[in-house]
Amino acid sequence: MTDKLTLEEFFNLLKKYNVEELEGVRIEGDLEIEIEPGAGIDANTINALVALSQYVNLIQEFGNFLYHTNMALSYLQRLSTALGIPTPFAAPQPVAPITPEVPTVEVPRFEIPEKLVEARFEPYKSEYTGVIQEVTLGATRADGGTREVTVTIGGEKSLPFYFFDADMPHLPVIAIDIFDRRPMLAKAVREHYEDVLDDPAEWAKKAVKDFNADLVTLHLISTDPMLEDTPAREAVKVLEDILQAVKVPIIVGGSGNKEKDPEVLEKAAEVAEGERIMLASATLDMDWERIGNAAKKYGHVILSWTQMDINNQKTLNRYLLKRVGIAPESLVMDPTTAALGYGLDYAYTNMERIRISGLRGDSDLAFPMSSGTTNAWGAREAWMTESPIEGDSPWGPRELRGPIWEIVTGLTLALAGVDLFMMMHPGAVAVLKEIMYTLGGKVEGEAVDPSAWITMEG
Amino acid sequence: MKVKSPLEVYKFLPQTNCGECGFDTCMSFAAHIIDRGVKPTDCPPLVKESEKDPKLKKKLEELIKLTSPEIAEVIIGVGDSAIKIGGEDVLHRHELTFFNPTAFFYDVWDTMDERELDERCGKVVEWKKFYVGDYLTLDGIAVRCTSNDPEKFKEVAKKVAGYGKPMILVALNPECMRAALEEVASYRPLIYAATEANWKEFLELALEFNVPVTLRAKDLNLLKSMAVTFKNAGVNDIVLDPVTEPLGEGLRSTYERVIQLRRTAILAEDKDIAYPIMVTPLVAWTIDADDVTKAYWETVIGSLFVVKYGDVMIFHSLEPYTLMPTVTLRYNIYTDPRTPVQVEAGLREINNPSPDDPVFITTNFALTYYTVESDLTSANIKCWLLVLNTEGLGVEVSVAGGQFTAAKVKDLIEETGIADKVNHKYLVIPGLAARLQGAIEDETGWNVLVGPMDSGRIKGWLEQNWPPKK
Repeated sequence: MTDKLTLEEFFNLLKKYNVEELEGVRIEGDLEIEIEPGAGIDANTINALVALSQYVNLIQEFGNFLYHTNMALSYLQRLSTALGIPTPFAAPQPVAPITPEVPTVEVPRFEIPEKLVEARFEPYKSEYTGVIQEVTLGATRADGGTREVTVTIGGEKSLPFYFFDADMPHLPVIAIDIFDRRPMLAKAVREHYEDVLDDPAEWAKKAVKDFNADLVTLHLISTDPMLEDTPAREAVKVLEDILQAVKVPIIVGGSGNKEKDPEVLEKAAEVAEGERIMLASATLDMDWERIGNAAKKYGHVILSWTQMDINNQKTLNRYLLKRVGIAPESLVMDPTTAALGYGLDYAYTNMERIRISGLRGDSDLAFPMSSGTTNAWGAREAWMTESPIEGDSPWGPRELRGPIWEIVTGLTLALAGVDLFMMMHPGAVAVLKEIMYTLGGKVEGEAVDPSAWITMEG
Repeated sequence: MKVKSPLEVYKFLPQTNCGECGFDTCMSFAAHIIDRGVKPTDCPPLVKESEKDPKLKKKLEELIKLTSPEIAEVIIGVGDSAIKIGGEDVLHRHELTFFNPTAFFYDVWDTMDERELDERCGKVVEWKKFYVGDYLTLDGIAVRCTSNDPEKFKEVAKKVAGYGKPMILVALNPECMRAALEEVASYRPLIYAATEANWKEFLELALEFNVPVTLRAKDLNLLKSMAVTFKNAGVNDIVLDPVTEPLGEGLRSTYERVIQLRRTAILAEDKDIAYPIMVTPLVAWTIDADDVTKAYWETVIGSLFVVKYGDVMIFHSLEPYTLMPTVTLRYNIYTDPRTPVQVEAGLREINNPSPDDPVFITTNFALTYYTVESDLTSANIKCWLLVLNTEGLGVEVSVAGGQFTAAKVKDLIEETGIADKVNHKYLVIPGLAARLQGAIEDETGWNVLVGPMDSGRIKGWLEQNWPPKK
């Protein structure tokens, strides 16, 4: 049992067992191994799990760090150490810069000018007539709520991170998803929340304190008639707990049931009166009017969600603005997020078109955008242990594939103009923040010789 | 491309509708020039006549100029594996499409031991991942000169050339570069890089060996000055490297330089810098961190510039968690948004099924279809696969959006005559369509079984559920 496995041996071992079998096993922090009856685990698997326990301990210890600009990097450093991934290459050896000697060619075969032709690069400047609406989520005591912080998104006058065109008044923010019952989660995500899955208030605290969420999205999925069918009045009690537990702005979602959601969101709006939560979401095929009216009556923000169709997005926004009378500063759009490899191209282009239309003055589309980036975990590349396709090259450890799938999905959409991300993996949250803060000019970064790679050995 | 309408192209054409180009009319040919499916030189009469008449030759040249892409195209390598970079016309893919996917090169260095060199080159050649009906692969190998020894560099470049992939030769020392070019210039490698310090020697090398050359400078005035100088001296195949910096303000300003270069080339029509752009995500390997962090950050830098205008890149990590997301993202961004990614609806027979075998249903979204089809085929599952026309949407979206309905399933069952081909009435629907189970049963009279959420798990699912117990 104490034999140390290499990472490769470990994953080869895991490959022998399919996902379902491993998901029947839970590892406790003190190395107790619980095997659910019928999971069919043998001694080899237990060995593998012991090897994994080092990793699990690390994740529990994860709660202790605070966000700083290097969080993403240190997180990854620890992740790889914990996974026992060796550092095969020595630190780059800077080689003295090569100063080419001018060769004394006697007869030049080609005519080489003595001096460079001097040319000036005149960068093109873009200016847009439109401005994306600013939307503030959360309300402090001064504004009738109990939040200690509020979050403002939007306000762009240029494409994302084009500071050379115009200032970007607010960098995008990240909300972490939490649920009022155990959801189906990829293993790499679930293990970060294993201790709080049955306690949404603790879950919210963990998301904010340990994983640096700017906001928390509570999904009231237990209200689904196909699941527990929790009555709206009862379900929103969890929302009250969350409002107590954390002091960041809150987003509330239903179960996706078209008949039930309007009622659930209406109740949520009522109990959170004055807190300026975001109701997620109104769609064209449900009673958007009822949800819109609830947002209006209790002073909340509404999320206008359409299925990757710029025209439908325009239509729903108009309904909410004109028919319901939602104020422009209370509308956010979700044009739908598809995962990397699973329609991300549509999501990207749809959002980019929406943002450009808004900047060009289409006032029906000039609103901040939200992305359900957690959808990235639906991609099999994010969670499957190995490729089901025989001809594929090996997929390697899924612990490292999943987070990067969420990061790349989020980063791509950040470049299309997303202002608010709903995510789950703490490592992905940290890395996406790091790159957005970097592009936003908030990270100075250590000075690195950008030529060193040319001659680095390794 | 300077012209936007087929009419503007039409007036340069013979207007005889001879059909030699393969299209029925000259107008149709003109339309395909506009969408870049064909080039003016694909019109045989136009080429033939221009050889006889200098006036017509001038006309053809004018048309070529008017219809050539805004960003120059550069070819690296020779033969079947040669790769084309640049050639872009727009800043946003929805305005037309992006054309030549970012070329991905992976580094080796000349002080590497031979076994390691073989292993890395082999990986670049062999790596593949199935996606939408085909395998995604990697493009080429970048050989870095870390020895500063011309003989050594030459020897390793020669060895790498043997792998048959396009190459980038990386050395700032012109003597090293010359030595390597003497051996491998015929493979048409991209040379990297001419700088403020060595540009004269590199200009000579580019002319002498007729190979594409990278110009490297952080200062865009200097970069443009080099580009103009090289162009004036007769070099056409130019790649611009505005220098990739890995962190903080350096990375932010890299983003700015890359965007400014591309945007100014296209919107301000500055032809002097309208060349493919090089980005080097492997610069992440010079930061002070462990390997996973470096590989993650390399992936982040690579992804950033796959979306934003990188035409050719050099990577270091060959780990699947770097390759899979970057290669997939590149495919997504460079997919032509004008063509719907759909397959034909109907019935597919997988692995010669018998009447006892199960019937599955999926959507006609190409990605969904190919994923399901390849999972079934590679797991040797004999079955019948119904493909529903969901207007090119995936299962989850089409169930939510009403393109995947019980009524349409019923129509499909009738149209395909599947009931006559099997001796049971069990239909397996995707796990993500579970909510339609009752409705489809009511509508079709078939027994509906809910399959797994992912088709990769069908094999295990069948072991438990097929043949049906009832």
